[in-house]
Parts: sequence; C-alpha cells; structure tokens
Amino acid sequence: MSKVLILAEHDQAGLNPSTAKCVSCAAELGADAIDVVVFAADASGAAGAAAGLEHVSRVITVERAENSSPLAAIIAPQLATLGADYDYVLGPSTTFGKDVLPRAAALAGVGQISDIMAVENPQRFQRPIYAGNAIITVTAPDNAKIFATVRVASYRAAGESGSAAPIESASVDAELPTHTRYVELQSGSGDRPDLQTARRVVSGGRGVGSEDNFKVIFNLADRLGAGVGASRAAVDAGYVPNDMQVGQTGKIIAPDLYMAFGISGAIQHLTGIKDAGTIVAVNKDADAPIFEVADIGLVGDLFEIIPALERALGD
Amino acid sequence: MKILVCLKRVVDYNVRIRVKPDGSGVVTDGVKMSINPFDEIALEEALRIRERGDAEEVIALSIGPEDCQQQLRTGLAMGADRAILVTAEAAVEPLAAARVMLKLIEREGTDLVILGKQAIDDDCNQTGQMLAALWNRPQATFASKLELADGRATVTREVDAGLEVIDVELPAVITTDLRLNEPRYVKLPDIMKAKKKPLETLAIADLQVDVTPGVQVETYEPPPTRAKGIMVDSVEALVSAMRDKGLLG
Ligand SMILES: Cc1cc2nc3c(=O)[nH]c(=O)nc-3n(C[C@H](O)[C@H](O)[C@H](O)COP(=O)(O)OP(=O)(O)OC[C@H]3O[C@@H](n4cnc5c(N)ncnc54)[C@H](O)[C@@H]3O)c2cc1C
Ligand SMILES: Nc1ncnc2c1ncn2[C@@H]1O[C@H](COP(=O)(O)O)[C@@H](O)[C@H]1O
Repeated sequence: MSKVLILAEHDQAGLNPSTAKCVSCAAELGADAIDVVVFAADASGAAGAAAGLEHVSRVITVERAENSSPLAAIIAPQLATLGADYDYVLGPSTTFGKDVLPRAAALAGVGQISDIMAVENPQRFQRPIYAGNAIITVTAPDNAKIFATVRVASYRAAGESGSAAPIESASVDAELPTHTRYVELQSGSGDRPDLQTARRVVSGGRGVGSEDNFKVIFNLADRLGAGVGASRAAVDAGYVPNDMQVGQTGKIIAPDLYMAFGISGAIQHLTGIKDAGTIVAVNKDADAPIFEVADIGLVGDLFEIIPALERALGD
Repeated sequence: MKILVCLKRVVDYNVRIRVKPDGSGVVTDGVKMSINPFDEIALEEALRIRERGDAEEVIALSIGPEDCQQQLRTGLAMGADRAILVTAEAAVEPLAAARVMLKLIEREGTDLVILGKQAIDDDCNQTGQMLAALWNRPQATFASKLELADGRATVTREVDAGLEVIDVELPAVITTDLRLNEPRYVKLPDIMKAKKKPLETLAIADLQVDVTPGVQVETYEPPPTRAKGIMVDSVEALVSAMRDKGLLG
C-alpha cells in the first residue's frame, strides 16, 4: 500500500503543466494512491485542473493567506507535515520545485533524489549528473521515505481522465516563519508559448548580435507558433530576459522541433535540448559543435537564412 | 558580520566528462579540478560585501578529500580570510554536507552563508535549501542580485517565470546563480600571500553528524547518443528535410 503526494505548481489561477508531468512519473511507481496538494490562497482553479488528470486519486487544498506566493520557507514546513503520511513526496524540477522540495526533505530528516528521468522499479531511479554527460542509477533502501524532483522534460503530461477526482480541503498544523517576505515577480517574456511546453522552439545565441536583431528570431517563432529560447551568452549580453535561457542552468526542454541560430553548442547548452525531437542548427562556422548533435545542419549567415526560410515557408 | 562560503571541489567545467568503461564512475584521474563555478561566484559576492565594509570576515569551507586544500588555497588567494577543510573520504550527500555546515555555522556564529545553487558534478541543487531548513533560517536561492540593509537581504532570484524579488531577515542562506557577479582573477602575489593564511583541517567523523547515504549509486552510464544528422546546403533543402520529418505540417 504505497502512497504518493505531489506538490502542485500553479500561479494561483491555473495549474502549471509541470504538475501533470509529475503525475506521469508517479504513475510508474505502482502506488495505490496518487494525491496532489495545492497550497494557495484560493486553490480552486489549480485544484479543479489537477482533479481532472488521469491517475490522480485525490486533490488536497491547503488554503491560507500565507500561501498566496510561492515561498519555500512557507510551503516546505506544510509539505513536510502533510508528507508524513506518504511514501513518496514528488515535485517538479522547475525553479519552484527545486526551491521547496529539498527544504521539505531536510525538515522531514531525509535526503532527496533530484531530477528523476526514469523509474526502474519503485526503489530504483535514473538521474542525470555532470550536465547530463552521465546517467546514474540509484537505489533507495526498502521502506525509505522518498523525496524527489521529477525531470519534467523526461515525461509527457498526464492526460485528462473522464471523471474528476475528489477535492478535499485540509488544514495543516505547521508553524510558519515570518522571516521571509515576497516582494514581486518581474516577469520576462510575456505571452508567447511557454518554453517548457512548446512543441516548437526557436532559439538565438550570441551570433544574433543584439537585442534589436533578436526580432528576427521572434518573427520566425511567431511564424511557426514556436516558443523562443536563448543561450546563456545571449541572456548575459542583455539581448533577452533570463527566463528564456535554455541549458544546464536554464530550462531543460523537450520540444518536437528545436531550431538553434547563432549558438555554438557548448555542453551546458546541449544539456537543455537533449530530449528534443529534431534539432535544426544554423551557424556560419562549419566546425561549430552544435552540428555534432544537430539532426539537420545548415552552414550560413542567420541574417540571410531566416528571411529565405520565411519566404520558402510561404504563407 | 561573518560570512561563510561553501566551496566544492569539482571536475572543471571545460572537461569533457567520460564514464569509466566498467560503469563504476566517471574518469577523474589526471583531470583538471576546480572550484565549482557557482561557488566562485558565492565567494566573489562575499568578498564584495566585505570590501564595502558590511562584513569583517569571509570564511571558506570545503568538505571532501585532502586535495580540496587546492581549491581552498585558491579561495584564500581570491581573498577569503581563512579556510576550513572537513575531510571526508567517501562522497558526501547534500543532507550530510548541510549537517556539517550547520555545525560550523554554530561554532563560528555566521550571519550569512553563501553557496552555489548547484554543484556541477552531482547537479543536485539541494544543499543550500537543506541547510536553511536545518538551521531554521530563510533561504534565497538562485540569486542574481543581493542587497543588504538593516539586518535584511533583498534578493532578486532567477525563476522560470522571470525575476522574483524576496526580502529575508538575516541570518540567511543565499545560493548563487551565474549572473550575480563575475569572479575576479587571482593574481600571483595573492597566491603567495594565501600560503600564509590559516587553513584548519577537521575530520568529518569528529563532527558527530549523521552522514549515512540516503541512496546507493548502482551504475554510471554514458547518455544515449543521438543518431547522426545530415548537413544540407540550401534553405530549400532545409525546408524539404523538415517537411519530410513532418515538422512543418
Ligand atoms: C556552470 C555553467 C553553466 C552554464 N549554463 C549554461 C546554460 O544553461 N545555457 C547556455 O546556453 N550556456 C550555459 N553556459 C555557458 C556556455 O558554456 C557557453 O558559454 C554559451 O552557451 C555560449 O553561448 P553561444 O553559443 O550563444 O555563444 P558563442 O559560443 O559565442 O557562439 C556564438 C555562435 O554564433 C555563431 N555566429 C555568429 N554570427 C553568426 C551569424 N551571423 N550567423 C550564424 N551564426 C553566427 C558563431 O559561429 C558561434 O558559433 C554555462 C557555463 C557554465 C560555466
Ligand atoms: N562537499 C562540499 N563542500 C563544500 N561545499 C559544498 C559541498 N557540497 C555542496 N556544497 C555547496 O552546496 C552547493 C550546492 O550543491 P548541490 O546541492 O550538491 O548541488 C554547492 O554549490 C556548494 O556551494
């Protein structure tokens, strides 16, 4: 009789797709129950969406004013307390999950398995190390309580089930600190398709040359209905905001199509796109390492190729 | 104010990682070792705080084999005032590392602890968060900007949705992201001076912390390789190759 608790990620209004990916991972654990917990000021939107996912047994909402922002110091003690009744506590390996889960695990007195990419059996997992240049298989002892984050790029989102799981509200008896205050979120790239779930992503690197030039990347992306990504060099140079960075320290993504323009292909960048279906690379340097991983490569100047590409795509 | 900075010895980020043929680990013999890049940024931030006059002392801590002395000496050459090495032969998991750190925080009475957001060998991204939990203090992870005033820190954090700002009471744990600062280069005279700075060595066993590993690593494997791709020589060929794969439909 094993039970899984999943920490839902949401923006107070709706559920982040990372949650449905954690559900898919949980479904591989052979558990008898998969519960999703929503910590929020008003949990209704996210809870409704979570209840509609296949495999979910129950949604637990913990509503209180302190849960109106995603602060690890506030959420972790509640998650640790609620998690006491579960064998597994899972969260997404997004910046939110990475912030909260280890804090909750330590409060529960146990370690954490980061970035599960495959479940071999309920105690045996694969995870990447060294920026994905090695994969390790780890085993947890029998009956150990397991806290883990799920590498979201490794899982498809769980689908909708025909019938909604019950939603129950709970109050958690945990002392919440007052030492941490939420100030604001300065959001970056607006309302383009979300990088982590977009089926197509068009990315630019240092080769794009300026913030102004990045328009060509945005235009092509709009044309393809794609999300927009960038290398660290492009973010550091101020061409685009940080939330567009793809790679070891940015987002790990798995679109069907990834197009890289003016990106050399450093290992830290490639880590972020290993699971892409097809990688297309355009670079003026024929020896750029990106061509070693590209499925389709074209040597040339991106400022000539993108307009030609748009013409060839017709309307 | 005293600042503790955690420096992990890791394979240099420029090294191409190779898994040993017998799957028992990755090749580290004769491979260049360095301070974890995020930890260099942590140290740089601590030094800037001290240089502004907001801290008196910067202490560098490393947990690992004797050889970590090399990275601590580099940290001292960058400008740390003194260093502590906690020797451990076996790999130390984040929870155990956090327990060791807490012991030293209690001994030293530090007000600010700065770590990297992740070690580029295990890529765990856990230790700072665990330390903050055990210490029962605030955490500000993935920091790209840090301002101290009136016993509080205002921290800009790099999160998936953009930049988040939080405000925490000190003492606190901060973990660094790459854009927080650019670490300084070490100058030759500083390397000479660093040789005279204090470096204390403690054995992990003497600290009486629970270091039992939570998981057992069974095997190491290289990642699956992608099938060899094709090169095309025109935009038309690119478009037709993409159409063939059904990517433009
Ligand atoms: C700990 C650590 C973590 C890191 N994490 C990340 C990460 O998450 N993501 C990431 O991306 N990087 C990361 N990096 C940085 C990484 O090592 C590289 O420095 C970075 O990816 C380089 O970005 P780039 O390819 O855009 O720039 P460059 O390497 O400078 O490459 C620019 C490319 O553009 C090409 N080019 C120039 N002009 C044109 C043109 N007109 N048309 C076509 N091609 C052109 C050039 O030939 C060149 O190949 C990390 C580094 C460290 C140390
Ligand atoms: N053995 C260690 N010695 C010193 N610092 C460490 C050690 N392990 C982890 N750290 C610190 O914790 C951060 C995060 O590590 P990790 O949780 O392993 O990704 C690193 O960037 C270091 O600052």
